[in-house]
Amino acid sequence: MKFTLICKIYLDDEWFVTEQDGLINMARKATGRKVTKSGKPAARRKPLKAQELKATPDELTGFYRQMLLMRRFEEKAGQMYGMGLIGGFCHLYIGQEAVVSGIQSALKEGDTILTSYRDHAHMLACQIDPKVIMAELTGRASGISGGKGGSMHMFSVEHGFYGGHGIVAAQVPIGAGLGFAHKYKGTDNVSVVYFGDGASNQGQVYESFNMAELWNLPVIFVIENNQYAMGTAIKRSSSEVKLYKRGESFRIFGEAVDGMDVLAVKESALRAVKWCREGNGPILLEMNTYRYRGHSMSDPAKYRSKEEVQKMRAEHDPIDQVRQRLLDGKVMDEDEMKAIDKELKTIVADAAKFAQESPEPDAFELYTDVLVAE
Amino acid sequence: MTIEILLPAMSPTMTEGTVAKWTVAEGDKISAGDILAEIETDKATMELETDEEGVIGKIIIPGGTEGVAVGTVIGIILEDGEDSSSIGEVSVPVSAPAEVVLEEAAAPETQFVVEADLPEGTTFTSTTVREALRDAMAEEMRLDDNVFIMGEEVAEYEGAYKVTQGLHAEFGDRRVIDTPITEHGFAGLGVGAAMAGLKPVVEFMTFNFAMQAIDHIINSAAKTNYMSGGQIRCPMVFRGPNGAASRVGAQHSQNYAAWYAHVPGLIVVSPYSAADAKGLLKSAIKNPNPVIFLENEMIYGQSFEVPDIEDYTVPLGKAKVVRAGTDVTLVSYSIGVKFALEAAEKLAAEGIDAEVIDLRTLRPLDMETVIKSVQKTNRVVCVEEGWVSCSISSEISARLMEDAFDYLDAPVLRVTNEDVPMPYAANLEKLAVVNDDKIVVAVRKVCYTKGDN
Repeated sequence: MKFTLICKIYLDDEWFVTEQDGLINMARKATGRKVTKSGKPAARRKPLKAQELKATPDELTGFYRQMLLMRRFEEKAGQMYGMGLIGGFCHLYIGQEAVVSGIQSALKEGDTILTSYRDHAHMLACQIDPKVIMAELTGRASGISGGKGGSMHMFSVEHGFYGGHGIVAAQVPIGAGLGFAHKYKGTDNVSVVYFGDGASNQGQVYESFNMAELWNLPVIFVIENNQYAMGTAIKRSSSEVKLYKRGESFRIFGEAVDGMDVLAVKESALRAVKWCREGNGPILLEMNTYRYRGHSMSDPAKYRSKEEVQKMRAEHDPIDQVRQRLLDGKVMDEDEMKAIDKELKTIVADAAKFAQESPEPDAFELYTDVLVAE
Repeated sequence: MTIEILLPAMSPTMTEGTVAKWTVAEGDKISAGDILAEIETDKATMELETDEEGVIGKIIIPGGTEGVAVGTVIGIILEDGEDSSSIGEVSVPVSAPAEVVLEEAAAPETQFVVEADLPEGTTFTSTTVREALRDAMAEEMRLDDNVFIMGEEVAEYEGAYKVTQGLHAEFGDRRVIDTPITEHGFAGLGVGAAMAGLKPVVEFMTFNFAMQAIDHIINSAAKTNYMSGGQIRCPMVFRGPNGAASRVGAQHSQNYAAWYAHVPGLIVVSPYSAADAKGLLKSAIKNPNPVIFLENEMIYGQSFEVPDIEDYTVPLGKAKVVRAGTDVTLVSYSIGVKFALEAAEKLAAEGIDAEVIDLRTLRPLDMETVIKSVQKTNRVVCVEEGWVSCSISSEISARLMEDAFDYLDAPVLRVTNEDVPMPYAANLEKLAVVNDDKIVVAVRKVCYTKGDN
């Protein structure tokens, strides 16, 4: 029996904030909750015990490079949008870098991921060339979708990245379908589907939860809770703000994670991936994170205070956290970090140059790819 | 008063059935809840249960009788104190159903071209549309392990309309999957599976329920190949009954052909005959694009000749002249073809020789076949079991204006359902739906004849 509960007391995860040495730490508080007399405490399972947060120097350096690349890429995209080089909608990931970096580090060849329209960093995490991403943002022929997708609609089968979806929460059942295919083909690959706190109120999310658990699909549902659905704070949109609980009715175990700490993300992802690979069905991770910029480029973010954003940046920044660890562990000094930053800025500048110099798609491309020729 | 046992209607479209066997004999005592007989429809065998108490006085229709009309008195129950002398004259079948009578058993007695280019000596087997669809899926599933079917009640129940009969037994749980009632979710899940390289056949119990899923059909399935510059394919079929059934009211009686035919990135198919249903569904499953496959509940039980050809396919995007004629072209699809053929027979009696074209595929439209016909007849009436505004008929009409204006000797007319939600009342429903007489009137107009009446 899959749902047999071994322990009699289990942990109820709750977020709380403590002042410690001037730093606000998001951490998990364990509160004991007894089982009912019937002996059926809940549908909730505890797949694996949380492990100590640790990383090798190389891993830490890798996270630093990757997250900083995301940051610099998004900053450049923001500038280029301001210059009118990028059109339409453009949603930046600045502040949330630890989520996709940490999770991607737990995946292997053949695993698939997909997300919403806030997708640039997910593609960078999949090792997709920044040039073809930036060229898609500028709508050029060399863009990853040939200039026909734009910021919100990018894909790479080769890299296991299945979009880039413009309809809030539509990626969730599609991600369940990718998990279905992994299982159907008899592989041990997993499907990671990212969606936001806003998407978590869409009905199709729960239709997907139900089928994923019913059919035991290898799907990791990652809620990137950046606290605001466009401009609506989570408390104003959600009757249950602890989003990791949203799978309970479907017997899907959920866990809240400090999504600003890449090592915490990685640690939870490793356990979640193991859980799915071993055929235990889906799992839900709520990543508590924060976006520094507006929902999209046209959002002045009047719904929150500058102080709130500043506090998050100053005290929880995912890149600063890794930076501090690198310094503390004497893995790298300031100069070496500056050198990396310089190198990344060059990569991003090259991508921006490429994206501006590439030609627009040929007019005949208007009619290609509508249907696949047999 | 004796109690008459009537042959019940066991589905909205059932007009007749077989009294397979009686499980009681004359003289047996019965009480409420007892099973009296087994009734077979073309979909299933069902038990006839009684609500009455008494004694079986007479079995009028013996077991094994086929083609018994709904409402026929098949037996008599005697109540307390009655005996066989109480059985009076048996009333003839209670009033024939007031609904539009659509014989399920036989195709109309008209000339019907199956396919022009079949090899000489091809033999045929009479097959219902329902069986033809099932055979198409079974054949494709045997050919390709990536093909699977999912939908509500497709597996253990064998399809709400029994289209997937036998598939679960042959292919098992892995490939014939009962979904929860969750159209939006399972349509999206199917899209994801297709993006990963599988070939899902997603059944909607009816297309009315696919409105819950239309975001995934259009935004996810139809557009992704384009948005990804040709990287992400969606080789899948969304299929199920479309259009009006019988007496199921407004929310269950709608034709979505024009909705889907509007969308680039989709292929839309809506066959009439069993041969086309089989050949087109096989082509749809083999096709690397998302295909909307619109069936019709009213013709599931209708039989047609299906060629005995291995891996028989019909090309997508090709219309078919199903009745050759010289005076007027009737353009239709799905059940509309049936009405058009019936109208053609009536018109023949008036000396008007109608050509009937079954579009079969609605996107892309085979205007070449239509225009070729118009060059001969110079008159067109579009026939459609659906609403008129922005319909397939409207599209045909517009394209003829653009590309065949000089060949037209009369305005193109559209004969469709009335522009109202489908009413429930039998008489109103009959008035709302297109029929052969409405087509005949339109043809007379475009032929500038008065007709016989």
